Amino acid sequence: MSKNGPLALSFHALVVIFMMAPLVVVCLVAFTPENTLSLPTTHFSLRWFKAVFERADFIDSFYNSLTLAFVSATLATLIAVPAALAITRHTFPGRNFFNALFLSPIIIPHLVLGVAMLRLFALMGVNGSFTWLIFAHVLVITPYVLRLVLAAAIGIDRSAEHAAESLGADRFTLFRQITLPMILPGVAGGWLLAFINSFDEVTLSIFVTSPATQTLPVRMYVYATESIDPMMAAVSALVIALTAATMILLDRVYGLDRVLVGKH
Amino acid sequence: MSLLSEMRQGGRGYWLSAPALALYIGLLVLPLGLTLVLSFNVFDYQVGVKSDSYTLANYMAVVTDSYFYEIFLRTFWISALVTLLCVLIGVPEAYILSRMGTPWRSIFLILILTPLLISVVVRAFGWSLLLGADGLINQVIQFMGGRPVKLLYTPFAVVIALVHVMLPFMIIPVWTSLQKLDPTAEQAALSLGASQAKVMRLIVLPQVMPGVLSGSLIVFGLAASSFAIPGLLGGRRLKMVATVIYDQYLSELNWPMGATLAVALLLVNLLFMLSWNRMIEGRYKKTLGE
Repeated sequence: MSKNGPLALSFHALVVIFMMAPLVVVCLVAFTPENTLSLPTTHFSLRWFKAVFERADFIDSFYNSLTLAFVSATLATLIAVPAALAITRHTFPGRNFFNALFLSPIIIPHLVLGVAMLRLFALMGVNGSFTWLIFAHVLVITPYVLRLVLAAAIGIDRSAEHAAESLGADRFTLFRQITLPMILPGVAGGWLLAFINSFDEVTLSIFVTSPATQTLPVRMYVYATESIDPMMAAVSALVIALTAATMILLDRVYGLDRVLVGKH
Repeated sequence: MSLLSEMRQGGRGYWLSAPALALYIGLLVLPLGLTLVLSFNVFDYQVGVKSDSYTLANYMAVVTDSYFYEIFLRTFWISALVTLLCVLIGVPEAYILSRMGTPWRSIFLILILTPLLISVVVRAFGWSLLLGADGLINQVIQFMGGRPVKLLYTPFAVVIALVHVMLPFMIIPVWTSLQKLDPTAEQAALSLGASQAKVMRLIVLPQVMPGVLSGSLIVFGLAASSFAIPGLLGGRRLKMVATVIYDQYLSELNWPMGATLAVALLLVNLLFMLSWNRMIEGRYKKTLGE
């Protein structure tokens, strides 16, 4: 089966352990019955999970993050799908520039975007507002949706669209009945990828959130710089579980390997 | 066809791009422009930002103040080391993965790449559990009779956690270029009596070079601007550019200085990417003999 020698396989095992170790340790420590950060030695305890659910600030931040990720992923999709169709279906001067511009937030450090938006929001007097936090997230996650929808829209056979057009379908019917179903895996995959990216985002959010609009990763970051106890491990384990659930969904609708290594 | 009539023809393209364009002008172009202006503003600890007076002092400070350029230098060597380690680990790993049989290949590929989608704060916390004063690694050292070592809040902790975060960004492009490798070329070379090492050097490595180079570009760029990892694992003293910018904005409240550092970071990053790209293009033109 495998063409790899024993040396290669041991190297591979070390890499897998290296990648998995911090996540596995977090999940184990979350179940400790002790007061300190330690692996559970006698039995598994749920006390630190209970502790999380008694922290109103963490619960609020979790709902903030969930709402934020849901709304901004949806808005990003509503913006990226027409833009992707414009870029793949129409030729117009400036098309390549639009394409590069719309993908550019991927190569700009989130930290730079964060301080830039802090300046804008401060001048507008809206810093810490949830609405503007949503728009900030829409900007950084739109490229992820756009990339997947572009790939889907380029790959499809256009003869069905031409047939519908020649049979007199109007533009909206054409989009709803023909184009959308064909690019749907790209759209759904893009939405989920955007959701995960928004839910995880910390570097930009730390600059443009107020205590009331703090997202979960920001709350966790601030908490971890001040104190470290097993509750942090329990929160992290919950985040890992939620991310894993989203990833399974992503795998079902689009294929995880396609998202990760870009097989189309 | 004239530009104007072309633009009229492409009318629907503009309509469909309009929402995205509005978003990008309002929240990308405008804030970056404002930050560029801010970086030239005078800052006074009593009054705050003087938005009507301009100075080059902030930029002079970045170049002359040893505190700032030491941080840029440290950020540079940490990122370079992380990139190097990612090449040394990621390239052989991608090659091993590509030689695996069908079920294992995708299982391990997903196992190695999915940490990418888990919050970087969680991953940093995981490393602080492993590297802490009484963390798992020190417990193992003590168990074997050694003395505990200070690992957390050292460059070592930052480098190892950054390698963990960046490795998928190296494996993905290398994996992609390995997919284009024709396995029969390897077999032909082997059957003609080439050694395994020679096959590696003359067939596999040249093929994966584009992947390695674009992976290095991504890893270096992301490492140089990383914030949460040095923030959580570097402690108070081990600063990188991103954590210093954070301090300038949120504890020193010297926004113009922070803006200058942010502009410098963005420029250095973009400059590095462009020159790297040019180097790659030059290289491949040469080997293709064009």
